[in-house]
Amino acid sequence: MNDFIRIGVLQLLAAYLFLAILIFIVRKRGIGREQEIFFAAARMTIQLILVGFLLEYVFSQEHFLYTVIILLIMLHFAVRNIFSRIRLSIKPELKRVVIISMLSGSLLSIAYFLFVVLSLDPWYHPRYFIPISGMIIGNSMTGVALGVERLISGMNDRKELIEGALMLGARPSLAAKSVVNDTFSAAILPTVNSMVGMGIVFLPGMMTGQILAGISPLRAIEYQIAIMLGILGSVSLTVYLLVHFGYRAFFNTRDQLQL
Amino acid sequence: MMDAFILQAIKYMDILDIAELKIPLQKVTCLLGESGSGKTTLLRLLNHLISPDSGKIYFMGEDLSELNPVELRRRVVMLPQTPVVFPGSVEENLLQGLVYSEKPQVPPEKLTMVMEKVKLSKELHTPAGVLSGGEKQRLALARILLMDPDVFLLDEPSSALDELTEKLILDSLTEYARSQGKTLIMVTHNRRMGDFYADYTVFLEKGHIQKTAEVAACE
Repeated sequence: MNDFIRIGVLQLLAAYLFLAILIFIVRKRGIGREQEIFFAAARMTIQLILVGFLLEYVFSQEHFLYTVIILLIMLHFAVRNIFSRIRLSIKPELKRVVIISMLSGSLLSIAYFLFVVLSLDPWYHPRYFIPISGMIIGNSMTGVALGVERLISGMNDRKELIEGALMLGARPSLAAKSVVNDTFSAAILPTVNSMVGMGIVFLPGMMTGQILAGISPLRAIEYQIAIMLGILGSVSLTVYLLVHFGYRAFFNTRDQLQL
Repeated sequence: MMDAFILQAIKYMDILDIAELKIPLQKVTCLLGESGSGKTTLLRLLNHLISPDSGKIYFMGEDLSELNPVELRRRVVMLPQTPVVFPGSVEENLLQGLVYSEKPQVPPEKLTMVMEKVKLSKELHTPAGVLSGGEKQRLALARILLMDPDVFLLDEPSSALDELTEKLILDSLTEYARSQGKTLIMVTHNRRMGDFYADYTVFLEKGHIQKTAEVAACE
């Protein structure tokens, strides 16, 4: 069974009507964001065209090096994206923790998912490796970006409580415990919440894609359930590493709070 | 008698510049001076919450910078001017100091005893957040009394109290410190209080020691 409807160029252009309507509304109401919206849509189009060609090429080349290079590029942009998203200033020590948590957390989760859950063979099979890694890295990136912002603002907002605990002889880990725990909860909450509405409020992207490509919904949910658990695991692991080591960036070697 | 603290050639930003200062052991010392004279900064240095830019601080003869800061803060506990109230009940707040300093928990009778000492008559299960400013100050004081450290660093411990409660608490606090052989270092800008309660007074002015004096017992 493969009754997949192909979208032709004209049909694709027809979809841009949505963008035209939005730009018309924004312009008419004087909101002044038409340029931003136009460039965002243009960027999305160009990026996806390029990635389409790139993946087409990589999928045709059965060599592990292409997969590894793409994985490294994804990780690199994920880390850059985290730093560019955060409006607060980040200490160099915290930057190091962000990089290490993103790399180790995502790579461990990807390896477990692909080699244990999926038993991928060959291990670098790009058709599976790249999209699944993309989903895991993308979600971990969102979690870590949220986590870093919450950690910085939490340490600043609760300065008095943390110093109050230090004055009483608390170790930094105990003094910062409430900030660390709240940061962890806040950063994994969007992933946990997205699981709640899944299948009722919306059909997740990967499952939708598979169904559109003609795969049985029963097969598609297997993948979706597994990948959601993989994403949950990776987000939790990266955020845990971030908060577990990241809070220390706010203390010096004399266990004094340094914001 | 040995000194609790000896400070030598201490400089901290443009806030403190102390050539030498000795704070006696097992005595009540009052730090006096106008606001902005560096009293709180001095307490923070003694609690090792901050470190001097230059100079040495000795605690019981040992270089403070070489001591484990967490261990030191468990022996030299500080009470900030604005009382810190942690989320939870009065009981949880009282016990929080013991939790932080990893000391064994105490029986409920002991909690009642310290609350009496600071004249705080509240149920243990009362949420600490609903207490008034003065009650929070007494709660924070009771918390450190329960910890039973060697040195108490108190930053204006009675600033939010009325005159009568202030007197009752300071009487009880200084009596406790003297009877238990504790060192009490208390910041105040009330000179009369310093003269009344202290064994030793230190006058600070714009970050410098203006004078130190032993006070004759007058109780």
